[in-house]
Amino acid sequence: MKIQNDTGAVQTGGKRTMPIIKPGAMQQVLAFASLVILVLVFSFSSPNFFQFTNIVGILLSTAVIGVLALGSTFVIITGGIDLSVGTVMTLSAIMTGVFITYWELPVPLGIVGGIMTGAICGLLSGTIISKMKIPPFIATLAMMMIAKGLALVISGAKPIYFKEETGYSKLALDSAIGKFIPGFDIPNGVLIFFAAAIIGGIILSKTIVGRYNFALGSNEEATRLSGINVNYWKIVIYTITGTFTGLAGVLMASRLNSAHPSLGSGYELEAIAAVVLGGTSLSGGKGTIVGTVIGALIMSVLTNGLRILSVPQEWQTVVVGIVIVLAVYADILRRRKK
Amino acid sequence: MKKITVTMLVMLLTIAMLSACASKGNDGKGGESPSKGSTNAGAEKIYIPIISKGFQHQFWQAVKAGAEKAAKEFNVEITFEGPETESQVDKQIEMLQAALDKKPSALGFAALDSQASIPLLQKAKDAGIPVIAFDSGVDSDIPLATASTDNLAAAALAADKMAELIGGEGEIGMIVHDQTSVTGASRRDGFKKQIEDKYPNIKIVDIQYGGGDHLKSTDLAKAIIQAHPNVKGFFGANEGSAIGVINAVTELKKEGKIVVVGFDSGKQQIDAIKSGKMAGAITQNPVGIGYETVKAAVQAIRGEKVESVIDTGFYWYDKSNIDSDEIKAVIYE
Repeated sequence: MKIQNDTGAVQTGGKRTMPIIKPGAMQQVLAFASLVILVLVFSFSSPNFFQFTNIVGILLSTAVIGVLALGSTFVIITGGIDLSVGTVMTLSAIMTGVFITYWELPVPLGIVGGIMTGAICGLLSGTIISKMKIPPFIATLAMMMIAKGLALVISGAKPIYFKEETGYSKLALDSAIGKFIPGFDIPNGVLIFFAAAIIGGIILSKTIVGRYNFALGSNEEATRLSGINVNYWKIVIYTITGTFTGLAGVLMASRLNSAHPSLGSGYELEAIAAVVLGGTSLSGGKGTIVGTVIGALIMSVLTNGLRILSVPQEWQTVVVGIVIVLAVYADILRRRKK
Repeated sequence: MKKITVTMLVMLLTIAMLSACASKGNDGKGGESPSKGSTNAGAEKIYIPIISKGFQHQFWQAVKAGAEKAAKEFNVEITFEGPETESQVDKQIEMLQAALDKKPSALGFAALDSQASIPLLQKAKDAGIPVIAFDSGVDSDIPLATASTDNLAAAALAADKMAELIGGEGEIGMIVHDQTSVTGASRRDGFKKQIEDKYPNIKIVDIQYGGGDHLKSTDLAKAIIQAHPNVKGFFGANEGSAIGVINAVTELKKEGKIVVVGFDSGKQQIDAIKSGKMAGAITQNPVGIGYETVKAAVQAIRGEKVESVIDTGFYWYDKSNIDSDEIKAVIYE
């Protein structure tokens, strides 16, 4: 599997010994450069691409997958994986709908409830992984199914709509910034995505959670032997992923002004693709939040640009697949050289 | 202490979820369990499994409601199930197999893939189980009857309405749910052919497929509008696609500037039509599809004659007739 190749590359690169220092600054520069190149290419190809409304559109379409990818970054750095983020997002959206529409709780409480739903699912996944010793792939696969089923059961397989008077859709679509700077109507959803990225970045690079996160991913056994409660920190990290997932659900529900039990499957793979594009290694121990943000942006710039150029949809997916292979391969080559 | 916290949180979540179910009267999907009456009431009660193409979408829920209505009326027992997405041909075949294993009196079936299901349907025929096809039908002569909407004609009507609303000329875009299913392809073709044949001054600038996913359809429609700023009209070929178009038009603040024509119903489309964001939509008669399927099955079991094509019809609805009794009966929230 690809993961093994990756591990090999990491070893020859000799990176495993220095996990605490933020590795892969070069990868970020490369990823950012490819993002800029993509934007330039599309801008020259179509006059309709580089326009304020389209750029805002790209940012807004990045928000949901982007927040999911932020969360996924944490578990992927531990060398784990969370396959449940897509459907847990759906479940969080449904619970937000239950809280706000059915129980008529105030919107802020509903939002907290939705985020908590994601956090609790993450907590459960983390507990299953660390206490029951079930591999993350299997544990989160199970959680993916559980969340999907629960979303259907709780909603009665029907979408839940938010009432107009609650103003819930303003959370993602209104523009707080536009009120201060007229014409600069960046929707709140985009701002929330960036705020989440900043918080994620701080957690990962400035806190003890972040340090243990890298330590776990680099060498779990060594981390355990140095007296760190590995199980506890794993649960914490999966809960963080779940929290971001819950936020993604809240955002999605707000943008659609409704919670649909059938959406969300497959979103986890897009999130993982964004994380990997951003230079985070699936074998763990390496990765950054900035990289993930860039990775998510590359994905949506690419799909948006291809759509603007009216590339047939069948080919769009092929192109995105090829780009992922090339991006990861470039990263491997670069590290091998060192 | 940590353990207690964890346990507490888990319990809270469970309680919250259970009460959410309870407050909704627990009308969740009972997979295989009979949805009508109790099994022991009259041991010889007629049993008709309905295998649909899905159950999560509102459309299938309405078909189910129609089937249940007929089941009650004719005093038969039905089950209603379908795969999660319209690409899970294999899952649907498994469901069909399981349904036949229960030796039903008749079978209602909406094929995701006609060819794949024929061997099993042949088995049903050999065992003397009447098969009634619904929605997209089955490409074979095994089903005694097919209850469905003429999607080509329905989409052509949508094209006529669109042409009328934009004044017979200009650029339009389309979001379709997918290119592989019968409904997706025939609605796309019906709409496209009508525009090409009858309205030479209208140009379809782009057709994209959003899988019926509201969020993806929104982003797709936004990109098309960005790429073609002169787009005057937009057709969304099913509920998710149409809502995506509405969202895109709203987010780009183009309400009133782009004529949106939708398909099927659902609360959001109904609201959009009432508020004027959507010009109108085509609705099928899903309740009628479900009802006619079960009715035809009962007639077949009784040995009565069954019409081989049951056209359940389609309707154009807009602000002017949305509250009429005729339309109210066929749209669903």
